[in-house]
Amino acid sequence: MGMTMGEKILARASGKEAVKPGEIITARVDLCMTNDATTHISIDIFEKQLQVRKIFAPERVVFIIDHNVPSESVKTAEVQKKMRDFAREHRVNFYEGAGVCHQIMIEEFVSPGQLVVAADSHTCSYGGIGALGIGVGSTDFTAVMNTGEIWLMVPETLKFNIYGQFKKGVYARDLILKIIKDIGANGANYKIMEFGGPAIKDFTIDDRIVLCNMAVEAGAKSGLIEPDEKVVDYINARGRREMYLFKSDEDAVYEKVYDYDLAMLEPMVAKPHFVDNGCPVSEISDVKIDQGFIGSCNNGRIEELRVAARILKGRKIHPQVRLLVTPASKEVYLQALKEGLVDIFVASGAMVLNPNCSVCWGGCQGVIGEGETLISTGTRNFKGRAGHADSYVYLASAATVAASALTGKITDPRGWEHE
Amino acid sequence: MIKGKVWKFGNDVDTDQIIPSQYLLLPTIDEMKQYTFEPLDKEFPAKVSAGDIILGGENFGSGSSREQAPRVLKALGISAVVAKSFARIFFRNAINIGLPVLVCKEIYDSAETGDFLEIDVKRGIIREPRTGKEYVSTKLPVHVMEILEANGLIEYLNQKQGR
Repeated sequence: MGMTMGEKILARASGKEAVKPGEIITARVDLCMTNDATTHISIDIFEKQLQVRKIFAPERVVFIIDHNVPSESVKTAEVQKKMRDFAREHRVNFYEGAGVCHQIMIEEFVSPGQLVVAADSHTCSYGGIGALGIGVGSTDFTAVMNTGEIWLMVPETLKFNIYGQFKKGVYARDLILKIIKDIGANGANYKIMEFGGPAIKDFTIDDRIVLCNMAVEAGAKSGLIEPDEKVVDYINARGRREMYLFKSDEDAVYEKVYDYDLAMLEPMVAKPHFVDNGCPVSEISDVKIDQGFIGSCNNGRIEELRVAARILKGRKIHPQVRLLVTPASKEVYLQALKEGLVDIFVASGAMVLNPNCSVCWGGCQGVIGEGETLISTGTRNFKGRAGHADSYVYLASAATVAASALTGKITDPRGWEHE
Repeated sequence: MIKGKVWKFGNDVDTDQIIPSQYLLLPTIDEMKQYTFEPLDKEFPAKVSAGDIILGGENFGSGSSREQAPRVLKALGISAVVAKSFARIFFRNAINIGLPVLVCKEIYDSAETGDFLEIDVKRGIIREPRTGKEYVSTKLPVHVMEILEANGLIEYLNQKQGR
């Protein structure tokens, strides 16, 4: 019986010839990462609870301050100092203010075929370059940092075959919002979502990350896409040599197979307060917005910024709307500067912020007030996610956010893009 | 045996509802716990008593991986979380800190806030004294049960590492 690529990654990590869904394995982890939203909890566990206080391989451990950066309060400064001090003392990799953790991991560390465990739910992003990223909490992270190992149950896999071509104004972001709407917020609970089919070869690395990043919003353990030459080129260009190019066998067993034709896809929104509460933008009428946000580990990369700039160029955002643009990393920010995108954003009236999680996580930057409505390229629209418990978040593509920021209400982006 | 009063919640209670983002970087769980379930019920931390049980619907603990979510529940004295289904990271996190989590669909339709339940975690039996009925929860894999019985992953690891 054949194996899926996810099963192959887990077989390699657990030193086995083959693994089957339902099996509990102990796996070696290639990399582990934690960010400032929870690392102080991990440090307390490490220092106060753990008896053998060692780190399995400091060069494979990454600490990233990206959630509340720069710090907005004395208490945040205190927990971030704790993280900085620990990183220095134990000589683990450390980044601060350089971008959203997952973007930094993809730019600097992760390679295809690796098993990566990180204390953040969007660790599933790494499937975009063919690595299995699994999100965990602080205790699991601390145990991995200590031993280099984790127990895992081998999950079932769902296959999503993608056909056709995107119509103008429709993006990978719309596809993942549509898939989550269809299968539901726990439609892939405990499973791997593998995206494939003939259209995937046309997806850029950024598009692939968009799909895999939101697998957790359907409850998935992770998302995966078979690595191809595009991925190999990306990794080679960054000087990384360790690569395992796993592909699913022809006779691999999937729990369920879904087919999506891109030609049928329209721009989508996810309405408050659930990511699976989606509908086509064309069905939304007269929803006034107070704020727009373009950024996050889902949709803050250079390609999404280019799309937004093509819409905002030479135009002014609506006088009653704030638009916040947060590049996903320093590298993305520098590229946006080089291409003149930042000029376009600032001239349109947008605020361009330092790379970080920003509005997507609602912890500090750009939180919204009571009764306000945000349209966002972030990952979640849960009640209170972006600020006040009684506020509203709609999720959409960078194109839809940009067009909506111009009109002041949720707007179908088709026809707004300059060539 | 766990005995406690039920607090019933709906489907898709995500970890942002259990503990909102803006409190996660407070230095300690003790400072955070007063904000537990703030978006759903501001008074919850004042009303809850040690030993109480959370009863959730489908997909309890979805969303963010923040371990602060099961930790604030435990710090408020919650003795177990029973739900129709759990999101996977919350489920792991709860086991890892020694907070029992049980999957049981039938009890959800019967029990209401204020009812009492008795739970035998090891046998996976939930008893409802009001009706005298017993419900069976999904059994935890042996390896997972060992972690829970050690009162969490770190204690389990400490025992294994032989100190």
